[in-house]
Amino acid sequence: MAEKRHIFSILVDNKPGVLSGIVGLFSGRGYNIESLCVAETNEPDVSRITMVSIGAKPVIEQIKKQLYKLINVIKVNDLTETEYVQRELILIKVTAKQDQRAEILRIVDIFRGKIVDVGFEHYTIEVTGPVEKLAAILKMLKPMGIKDVARTGNIALPRNL
Amino acid sequence: MEFTGAQILMKVLKEEGVDTIFGYPGGAVIDLYDELGRTDINHILVRHEQGAVHAADGYARASGKTGVCLVTSGPGATNTVTGIASAYSDSIPVVVITGQVPSKLIGNDAFQEVDIVGITRPCTKHNYLVKDIKDLAYIVKEAFYIAASGRPGPVLIDIPKDLTVALAKYEVPDKIELKSYNPTYQPNVKQLQKVVQLIQKAKKPVIFAGGGIILSKASEQLTTLAKRSSIPVTGSLMGLGGFPGTDSLWLGMLGMHGTYRANMAVSEADLLIAVGVRFDDRVTGKLDEFAANATIVQIDIDPTSIHKNIPVSVPVVGDAKISLEILNQLIEKQGFKDIETQRKPWLDTIYNWKKETPLTYKQTDIIKPQFVVEQLYEVTNGEAIITTEVGQNQMWAAQYYHLSKPNHWITSGGLGVMGFGLPAAIGAQVACPDKTVVDIAGDGSIQMNSQELATAVQYGLPVKIVILNNRFLGMVRQWQELFYDKRYSHTKMEHAPDFIKLAEAYGAVGLRTEKPSEVKDVLKKGLSIPKTVIMEFIVDREESVYPMVPAGAPITQMLLV
Repeated sequence: MAEKRHIFSILVDNKPGVLSGIVGLFSGRGYNIESLCVAETNEPDVSRITMVSIGAKPVIEQIKKQLYKLINVIKVNDLTETEYVQRELILIKVTAKQDQRAEILRIVDIFRGKIVDVGFEHYTIEVTGPVEKLAAILKMLKPMGIKDVARTGNIALPRNL
Repeated sequence: MEFTGAQILMKVLKEEGVDTIFGYPGGAVIDLYDELGRTDINHILVRHEQGAVHAADGYARASGKTGVCLVTSGPGATNTVTGIASAYSDSIPVVVITGQVPSKLIGNDAFQEVDIVGITRPCTKHNYLVKDIKDLAYIVKEAFYIAASGRPGPVLIDIPKDLTVALAKYEVPDKIELKSYNPTYQPNVKQLQKVVQLIQKAKKPVIFAGGGIILSKASEQLTTLAKRSSIPVTGSLMGLGGFPGTDSLWLGMLGMHGTYRANMAVSEADLLIAVGVRFDDRVTGKLDEFAANATIVQIDIDPTSIHKNIPVSVPVVGDAKISLEILNQLIEKQGFKDIETQRKPWLDTIYNWKKETPLTYKQTDIIKPQFVVEQLYEVTNGEAIITTEVGQNQMWAAQYYHLSKPNHWITSGGLGVMGFGLPAAIGAQVACPDKTVVDIAGDGSIQMNSQELATAVQYGLPVKIVILNNRFLGMVRQWQELFYDKRYSHTKMEHAPDFIKLAEAYGAVGLRTEKPSEVKDVLKKGLSIPKTVIMEFIVDREESVYPMVPAGAPITQMLLV
């Protein structure tokens, strides 16, 4: 069965050990985690975990049910079943020698990124967008020499509730 | 008025109707024990914390109540892990209370400190580290609610030592409501209406009943369904006793060591109604050939059990008892006519399977372990509470002790814990003091928790232990014989204690025989002694459990005697 990428938006009680329970569920049952992002929601006693996982349909179904089974999980949404917006923030430290700098600035401009740090031989670039956009800028910058990358992982919300 | 944490704990336990705790004291719980000693709660001092959880598990299964266990921090807590994992696998409601080092020492690698909440997260239904004395009362109450509701399971509460003496007001909610936990008891009636149609159309229906029948106390409803609609019933290991084992519609157990007729019936069935089961690999064998001709209906309170291993045509999420009750009402309304005539060819086929390929063994002048179980069944009129260890003893007990009542069969089904039977028998005997409780054991597994003999004797618990001694780790030996060219690598247990002397050393009674002709007398004698008794039977060393489906094969591929 074809494996697909799914974005789970999981509302949980904001208590210690809850994240550990979810991560343990994934490792214990051999489910994939592509990315994971956790923070409080507008209600301080509720956190939102945005988790990207890859799997065939029965596995994804089982993940959803297993998540619900955890006592501290309030709501699980598989956003890929609905319309949603997703964003991820990436910081890219790229080699930027004198003769490359203009080209890098052009690329950053095209992707509506920002230079957030500069050194004698590097730029650190901040870009926000859906995963495809981040993949594209990484591809463009690769020939310059990427020194390091930090990504937040996906966050997402459904478009209409 | 303010109370100490220890007093608050005892108050909630009393409110929850706890009359017995299985436990073992230690530094971190000394204040809890001090308070426990002032209450009228019965405490059974085990000899190892693993025994405490198994005993609480056995108590829960025999009584239908939640088992409670109290142990200290560190090793006390880690020793409970196997017991907790077993209760989790079998969905048994147990509340385990562990002591923890004082709050300010947590994380400092203090003496007898261990992160038991972290360790048990994957094998508890839920667990708690109490951080504030104000939370203690509702956490304990919530723990009991979670343990026993929905699909039951073990819940652990870790209480730091300082909180047991800290003061707080006693405030508990009347009712526990959790926004994130709300099990579905009421089934979707439309789905059940589909089931009625399927039953009416089916030519070869089979009911497959599991532990959920026992847990939701649905035996009566199951029996009504089967009889009213003339549907034969098979069971998982956990479901034994949920349907009368002597009834003509009973097929015996399903799966790796299931009966020929049960495995054949499920494989040929055109409708399989699964209730309170999770389609364990020991039941299904090769997945894509399991019940391949059947429309599968699955009724379960846990949505994760549905579609997990086996695709299901009609899923029903709900409590087994409520669902079967509604199903029976719908059938009454529908008014099945001539259903018995319709079923006759199918029931005849099953009868022939039973006649031609029954459960059997070849009697010789050496005691056959199956014979011992058969004789035990006769001598006890099939009315004993049976606990088992794990391995061949467990399978022979399942095959030859034709359980007919729920809550009389206590075995570590999912996790398969050797050493389970004796402490579980202790728990069952505490719950049911007037019942005959028998642990059917092997010589290997009894040695895993034989220290609990001391517990049984201390509390005057007349549990009976039947040891089928073949001086082998029999089930592994059987696999080595069948699949590893008889290379008996490290399964010969040539040396065991003299079990008669062991019994006597603990103040119990020991009996032994190696003659088939004496089996019945030894059983009669042993059962008549109102004390803890070991009855040891020297059995055929290389007897195997049949039928056997090799791991991963379809369940129609049975090795027979």
